[in-house]
Amino acid sequence: MSVSNENRPVAQGAPFVFNEEMKAKADMHIAKYPAGRQQSAVMPLLDLAQRQNGGWLSKEALAHVADVLGMPVMRVYEVASFYTMYNLAPVGRHFVQVCTTTPCWLRGSADVVAACEKHLGIGVGETTPDGQFTLREVECLGACVNAPVVQVADDYYEDVAATHVPGLLDALKRGETPKAGSLIGRQTSAPEGGALTLKDIPAKQGA
Amino acid sequence: MPKVTVDGTEVEIQAGSTVLQACEVAGVEIPRFCYHERLSIAGNCRMCLVEVEKSPKPVASCAMPVNEGMVIKTDTPMVHKARKGVMEMLLINHPLDCPICDQGGECDLQDQALGYGFDKSRYEENKRAVKDKDFGPLIETHMTRCIHCTRCIRFSTEVAGVPDIGAIGRGEHMEITTYLDAAVGSEMSGNVIDLCPVGALTSKPYAFVARPWELKKTESIDVMDAVGSNIRIDARGPEVLRVLPRLNEDVNEEWISDKTRFAYDGLKRQRLDRPYLRENGKLREASWDEVFLAVSAKLKSTAGDKIAAIAGDLVDAESMYALKELLGSLGAKSLDCRQDGAKLDATSRASYIFNSGIAGIEQADVVLLIGSNPRFEAPIVNARLRKRYLMGGFKIASVGPALDLSFPVESLGAGPQTLGDLAAGKHGFAETLKAAKNPMIIVGQGALARADGAAVLAAARKLADAAGVVKDGWNGFNVLHTAAARVGGLDLGFVPGQGGKDVAGILEGAQSGAIEVVYLLGADEIDNSKLGKAFVIYQGHHGDAGAHRADVILPGAAYTEKDGTYVNTEGRVQRAKRAAFPLGEAREDWKIIRALSQVIGKTLPFDTIQQLRAKLAAAHPTFATLDALAPAAWGAFGQEGAMDGAAFRAPITNFYMTDPISRSSVTMAKCAEVQSSRAKDTGTHG
Repeated sequence: MSVSNENRPVAQGAPFVFNEEMKAKADMHIAKYPAGRQQSAVMPLLDLAQRQNGGWLSKEALAHVADVLGMPVMRVYEVASFYTMYNLAPVGRHFVQVCTTTPCWLRGSADVVAACEKHLGIGVGETTPDGQFTLREVECLGACVNAPVVQVADDYYEDVAATHVPGLLDALKRGETPKAGSLIGRQTSAPEGGALTLKDIPAKQGA
Repeated sequence: MPKVTVDGTEVEIQAGSTVLQACEVAGVEIPRFCYHERLSIAGNCRMCLVEVEKSPKPVASCAMPVNEGMVIKTDTPMVHKARKGVMEMLLINHPLDCPICDQGGECDLQDQALGYGFDKSRYEENKRAVKDKDFGPLIETHMTRCIHCTRCIRFSTEVAGVPDIGAIGRGEHMEITTYLDAAVGSEMSGNVIDLCPVGALTSKPYAFVARPWELKKTESIDVMDAVGSNIRIDARGPEVLRVLPRLNEDVNEEWISDKTRFAYDGLKRQRLDRPYLRENGKLREASWDEVFLAVSAKLKSTAGDKIAAIAGDLVDAESMYALKELLGSLGAKSLDCRQDGAKLDATSRASYIFNSGIAGIEQADVVLLIGSNPRFEAPIVNARLRKRYLMGGFKIASVGPALDLSFPVESLGAGPQTLGDLAAGKHGFAETLKAAKNPMIIVGQGALARADGAAVLAAARKLADAAGVVKDGWNGFNVLHTAAARVGGLDLGFVPGQGGKDVAGILEGAQSGAIEVVYLLGADEIDNSKLGKAFVIYQGHHGDAGAHRADVILPGAAYTEKDGTYVNTEGRVQRAKRAAFPLGEAREDWKIIRALSQVIGKTLPFDTIQQLRAKLAAAHPTFATLDALAPAAWGAFGQEGAMDGAAFRAPITNFYMTDPISRSSVTMAKCAEVQSSRAKDTGTHG
């Protein structure tokens, strides 16, 4: 029999309170909903808490969000455990998410994962001992045209090949933020290597 | 009202009803797991699928509102196939461990699998397994059996108002749990055991104890609080093995409190199973003859005005009546059934009952609590208040200690000062009460069980008159009792006669020597150190406070061991029935008093309980009608006077231990421990 995963909130040991900036953003989100319906803002507030807390939601963070919205902490925990983008355990400074859903997989995401594992010396779902990187396989990130895709923080790196991985990770480690988007110079989602159609300008009619 | 056709029968049903309700009206039973008529509709188990004409797919009947002219079919091949499919899906991850499951024999899934299950499984993969959770000392969990109907979540959120249970994860990984395995912090959490349609949530004290078909089921009445919840006592031989709720829409609906459900293990500990006699300062075992002779000699040699009796909280009306008659024939006038010293006025029935009835709460729009914490004093009443709160357009305020009732309560003040202001119309809330259509006042024992209780009662009455709480067709003046015996005792006049002493007077008299014999009929909540040199006769079923001080112990029967009449806080007369026999040499209480009367030579004029009840009903007509509410005449009561400045005190601080039975219960002790550790935990709430 398979035993399901335990996904319990972890205590951080330090109190969590929204800082000024996050507080202002939280108030902005809460104000979107009518009085008595503040609970509707739980998802954006959890995201704010996760951002402030280094990429994960501690027990204290859940309790604070519950407190701010006046809802039972159990309800907050239900939401946080339902969505995979909320992390209930600490993650590294750079949270590397490699998409391995079918289109990315067909375009070589397995190699990308292997390259990440090799370069970082960790397996999928693990964090490097220095706390710099956490590697995770994720389901479709919605950028299939430019597969394979790797997401780090809020940035998408597209058209990633195994050869790009060391450079990308090293740059992140140095504290740089590599330019997001296609790594092979593709213009947005246009065909690889530039436009292929409508290249010849038709002659004017009747000339 | 829309007309619909169910399997060829045309029925008319209220607009907004569901297809499932229409089927029930037509007498067609629909299988279901997640649907429960007292909870919100979830529609997630899909077991209630039916066919509706012109609908391309089977319809979940619990969540589909009826339309005019709907043609519903519940017995077609399509319906059967659909339900069989749902059942097969449910059983994919269900362990099928019925032989070792406590729900076996009373399991919805088991029963419905009989009708819709296949004889073998087509599923060859590994089944999913879920780690068991810790829901506290009352609820045993086997989460692998859970089918995710979410009834427990909806119950704790909606009815109990303590949203401690939730579902985490999603899809195949969804799990029902409490936050960080905390115990469920509700006084009625045990009801989720009844609600669970499978064996995921079962009773911890009852785990692996018995099978339902081995048990003798007795329909009875609960005495753990003054609500008089209707219960079913399941016993095997001499042992009570569990207590379950019985449906009574007017009293407890289908819920009971955890104390009602789980205190029964106290019936097995600290019991008095034979008579005792104090000799040379020590209690020794004795025979009935010996103790009767000792009591009789003492009673006969003592003047009537030096004999007093106090009736406890769990005593049935029959034994109180018998004792009153016996001591009356000896000339004793100092009788009291108000152990806590509540200044209740036995002359006016309207002054001591819950006049509107518990169901009447649903009609009230403004409620004022005076010195009452219904969550601890009567969780079932609190659940009804919460039900009213959820209907909307409801305001509730309190004079007394700070409350957490699972819904918002406005705190007006702590004590008589605020009540005085309200009664004099000097407080803003008096206007709110006056403006209400059906205003209600609930007076708790915290306001009455004090020296100035009579003045508080008078002030409450004054407020009721001023605010129009009593009017044609509505009497919202309610007293919430904590003792099951109290209203019965007041109804039959177990109170001081002309020149008699009340509890405080009796204790004072015992110290000064004015009272020489005190007959404690199951009275354990008085201050025994004040009994002085008095000769104490204790008749009861537990070796609790009263028995320790007693000179003679007459072993009586607990509420599960005797036929008895109890009057609940509403003034509803109900009969409890014997589920097991009294232990050892213990006897039913009225029989003890009847036997004693013969030894004394003042034989009481009844030989059977029927004769006794006839006499009781003749003397006190309220006992003649069972299970009905008779309106009480609004008369003068209370005693206007100065009220003390002290704040109202909560009569119950430890919900789980309020009487000899629950104090002897190991389960209740565990609950009390969990509760106090939760109170100490000063983290963020939850």
